[in-house]
Amino acid sequence: MALQSLDIARRSATTTPAPGARQTTEVAKLIDVSTCIGCKACQVACMEWNDLRDEVGNCVGVYDNPADLTDKTWTVMRFAEVEQGGRLEWLIRKDGCMHCADPGCLKACPAPGAIIQYANGIVDFHQENCIGCGYCVTGCPFNIPRISKEDSKAYKCSLCSDRVAVGQAPACVKTCPTGAIMFGSKEQMKEHADKRIRDLKSRGFANAGLYDPQGVGGTHVMYVLHHVDKPQLYSDLPKDPAISPLVSLWKGMAKPLASLALGAVALGSLFHYVMKGPNEVSKESEREAEKEESQ
Amino acid sequence: MQVTRRQFFKICSAGLGGSSIAMLGYSPTAALAEVRAFKLAKATETRNMCPYCSVSCGVLIYSTGDKSKNSKADIFHIEGDPDNPVSRGTLCPKGAGLLDMVKSPNRLKYPEVREPGSNEWKRISWDEAIERIAKHMKADRDANFVEKNDAGVTVNRWPTFGFLASSAAGNEAGYLGKKVLRGLGVIGIDTQARI
Repeated sequence: MALQSLDIARRSATTTPAPGARQTTEVAKLIDVSTCIGCKACQVACMEWNDLRDEVGNCVGVYDNPADLTDKTWTVMRFAEVEQGGRLEWLIRKDGCMHCADPGCLKACPAPGAIIQYANGIVDFHQENCIGCGYCVTGCPFNIPRISKEDSKAYKCSLCSDRVAVGQAPACVKTCPTGAIMFGSKEQMKEHADKRIRDLKSRGFANAGLYDPQGVGGTHVMYVLHHVDKPQLYSDLPKDPAISPLVSLWKGMAKPLASLALGAVALGSLFHYVMKGPNEVSKESEREAEKEESQ
Repeated sequence: MQVTRRQFFKICSAGLGGSSIAMLGYSPTAALAEVRAFKLAKATETRNMCPYCSVSCGVLIYSTGDKSKNSKADIFHIEGDPDNPVSRGTLCPKGAGLLDMVKSPNRLKYPEVREPGSNEWKRISWDEAIERIAKHMKADRDANFVEKNDAGVTVNRWPTFGFLASSAAGNEAGYLGKKVLRGLGVIGIDTQARI
């Protein structure tokens, strides 16, 4: 019997395997950049549903507000003005967690159960287990998690796991007035993306395509981009995101080596104790020490 | 319990060793993790309209309690109404943030009056407000009502009065409003039917 509403696929810093008999549909959120008008209803709905209220920010000269993701702003619209083929293009991208199939944050996390990947693809942070080390920030190829200054815990988009667990769409998806954000099974979302890409191609965007980077095993938040060949145009969306080699070095080699070294020290001490016995002080040296003290 | 110095060291080292091994990941922890509980599960759901613009998107208002006698309802979440044919569950950023309008400290919650010559707003009851408005309307209509124009044709106009209706009114409320106002001879009827 499962004790949770969503089956767990992976859990940070845990070696026991997760139950895998049940089949769960993989979900995905599709963000169609070409139909987004940058109204930020998704930002508002996200804060409203997740009981977050970020501080009122300042205008930094562009429409980005707040200027970056924070522990209380889990999604943010990024506005980029770029020139493409002699035309000015205003590329608006809803930034937030991509819910990677191979999550760098989860791999880097040393706190058991602080990061969970559910069988439906959602990667969720459990703040009660978070130790605030910030390794998830290093591990994330998209620079998404943010550490709160108030409680030193990492926060990011949960893909509204509480809504999805009861069969609802995430709050940002539901509110989107232009239908630029869609939610469903990953298969459905790919089909929907195909239709959009065909439409964009017929309108002269020859390089339109789906952003579902394989470097992180695919993502459960995908984009339809007019220029999928140049994702960096969209406020530096990485072209080939991959987990930092530091994470695999630490998790792959350094950690077992350190464990081995620690074990060797314990074993060595045991042998030393058996062979040499406890450290005994001879009466002469004790007398000498007493003499020195009295002087 | 008597613990010798030697036993004390043994207990300490065993504890430290055990917890170190657990920290290294050798301890099998149960793979438990629950999502945040769905906060609307048994909340009272009330259907309404977004009051901002003339699009009049449908909203679902979620409040605490089940309307039983002793539980005070408190609105804690508002989202789009999927059954509304206009918006089909979607809301713009203003509509998506309706909860903060409901909870705003600047929100007007009761009728207030600023008497002629005064610079202060005074709180009055709904009965007082409605009576005051009715008296003003009656006095103004009695003074300025035009029954016949210069050519002697009956026109029944009340040209000195205007009425601002809600954009969120449905067909029935709109019909009744129009009936009442035209019956009084009001010409200037407008709605806040714009963003």
